[in-house]
Amino acid sequence: MDLISDLANLVNSTLVFTTALIFGAMGGLFSERSGVFNIGIEGMMTGGAFAAAIATWYAEKAGYGAASPWLGLAAGIVCGIMISLLLAVAAVTLKANQAVVGVVINILAAAITLYLVKIIFNGAGDTDVLSDVYSKWAIPWLSDIPFFGKALFNTYPTTYMAYVLVPLCSYLLFKTPFGLRLRSVGEHPGASDTVGINVTKYRYIGVLISGLLAGMGGAAITLTTTGNFSHSTVSGQGFIALAAMIFGRWSPWGVFGATFFFGMAQALRNFVKLYDWSKDIPMEFLYMFPYVLTLLVLAGAVGKSVKGPAAAGEPYDPSKR
Amino acid sequence: MTKWSRIFIKSNVWIPLIAIVLGLLCGAIVMWIGGYNAWSAYSALWQKVSGSKYDIGETIRTITPLLFTGLSVGFAFRAGLFNIGADGQFIMGMTGATIVGIKLHGLPWIVHAPIAVIVGALVGGLWGAIAGVLKSSRGVNEVISCIMLNWIALYLSNYLVRTLVLEKGQQRSQMIQDSASLSIGWLSKAMDNARMDGGIWVALICVAVFYVLLWRTKQGYELRAVGHNADAAKVAGIDVKSSLLKSMMISGIFAGLGGVFEVLGVFHYQVISAASSGYGFDGIAVALLGGNHPIGILLGSILFGVLTYGSAGMNFTANVPTEIVRIVIGCIIFFVASHGFIQMLLNPRKPRRSSKKKGAVERGSDLGLG
Repeated sequence: MDLISDLANLVNSTLVFTTALIFGAMGGLFSERSGVFNIGIEGMMTGGAFAAAIATWYAEKAGYGAASPWLGLAAGIVCGIMISLLLAVAAVTLKANQAVVGVVINILAAAITLYLVKIIFNGAGDTDVLSDVYSKWAIPWLSDIPFFGKALFNTYPTTYMAYVLVPLCSYLLFKTPFGLRLRSVGEHPGASDTVGINVTKYRYIGVLISGLLAGMGGAAITLTTTGNFSHSTVSGQGFIALAAMIFGRWSPWGVFGATFFFGMAQALRNFVKLYDWSKDIPMEFLYMFPYVLTLLVLAGAVGKSVKGPAAAGEPYDPSKR
Repeated sequence: MTKWSRIFIKSNVWIPLIAIVLGLLCGAIVMWIGGYNAWSAYSALWQKVSGSKYDIGETIRTITPLLFTGLSVGFAFRAGLFNIGADGQFIMGMTGATIVGIKLHGLPWIVHAPIAVIVGALVGGLWGAIAGVLKSSRGVNEVISCIMLNWIALYLSNYLVRTLVLEKGQQRSQMIQDSASLSIGWLSKAMDNARMDGGIWVALICVAVFYVLLWRTKQGYELRAVGHNADAAKVAGIDVKSSLLKSMMISGIFAGLGGVFEVLGVFHYQVISAASSGYGFDGIAVALLGGNHPIGILLGSILFGVLTYGSAGMNFTANVPTEIVRIVIGCIIFFVASHGFIQMLLNPRKPRRSSKKKGAVERGSDLGLG
């Protein structure tokens, strides 16, 4: 009985941690499927987390109350898109090296957000703790189901959005003309161009969707788990999202599985502390566990099939067609 | 000699220079928006760096790890690998040196210090080799394995320091034995007690090693061939798998050495920390700015070291947050990367040529994730 309720709690908090990762990883997926390698997910999430914190803070002060986190989420999305525009212009239009621009985005996002926080909050390294953040919604009827109600249907609005996101992305990428074109641009831009698909346009769309989703992911961290913004709010989750995208083999459901796995690893850290036997295990091993397991799984899975979109990373140059 | 003149004649020497100017300009604009005086901030930066012997010494200390990780990332880029794991290799190098530096007793300096250096470098190299093995034997993308290995290295080294060599009541290791120290006492005295160590000399040797290995040996030729086009290299009879493994190992040794000198030369202990130092990621930036050429990496690390160390002065004198320097660095790399933009500025009438990719800098991208 008690174990079941603990398990439900574990699944619940796993899904909360998964939320940010899944937004980030889906963002990476769209960019990479369109042929733009996006290592800047971390920076876009940082930007989203920062904008969400600042917008929510101002909205709180202006007296918007419960609407504040929604304004924060919107700000996070806008900020994510703006950052991704930098990647799109540099990588698609100026044909810059995509890995480099991604690294630049990570450096700039981390520095500019902290710079602005220090200016706005008089030299402090983190924002004030927000009071109007998302609270958990219990869905009527569904939340009364034993176990599943507690595990799945009593959680943050951002997590509900993540539930919808996975099937939506899967449908968009694999069942619509838009998705087909986006993927074709990432596999063989020359051929797509020949049949009249505008490569530049689709790559811009892919990168901007990437920024939108990563910004949402960052905002979700601020507005659910941490409740404020500091240099450690995102702390590598963008890179984990990137790893989850590769681990999930560039498919939305695979990505969901991989992010759930990393999310569970994060949730487990807090979960096992409830039990006495956990004192015998060094905490470091617990922290290491998901990364070691990922390596083992990747090493065990025969590598040849783990290939990303063929043209990801290469700027498209019509003169070389 | 012809080589040198060619480097300076090549028009793309202008690109980094213009990028640096544009980057500083962007920083000035950001400071202006934030309500700071950019001029006094930059002069404070320069004064901090060149102010006293102590500051010059400490600037060199800041440059050293950047040079090591820059060489590490650059070397892997040359072989067509994106070594995002220099961070983990750096940490493992630190840990190896710390444990050997503390646990071995009663050895003379001439034995103990070299052992500590070699062990640290090898541990870093092995950490890189793990990613190399996974890549060559199982086809695991090195970006993902390196990200995983970075986290594993962080927690593993925390565990080892905590259980093996913890200083009681503190979140750090004990001090290393004096016989393992690589601090250079007389040089520190001469530089008003700046923390001077053997690191920068070894780093400069590594710059030479980087060049000789890649451009003066058969192995290096093979590595570069793999970096340019792995398929063609394979057809030409080059053992691609062992080349990948070797380059990750050497790359890891460079990064590991960076960690070694942080412990043996500078701090003499290792801290248990929740996050990595970030030197590995700075190394990516250094390598990119330096075009993966050893001399370029040296110049890049000097620039980043000067900016990083000088940022403390900006903060102290002009009250500007130190992050401004990171913004400048980011902008500089951005402008180097999108050199099409600078070429347009330089020569607006000439139609922008589709960037003819040359060398491994650009190769780094089309590794992408494939």
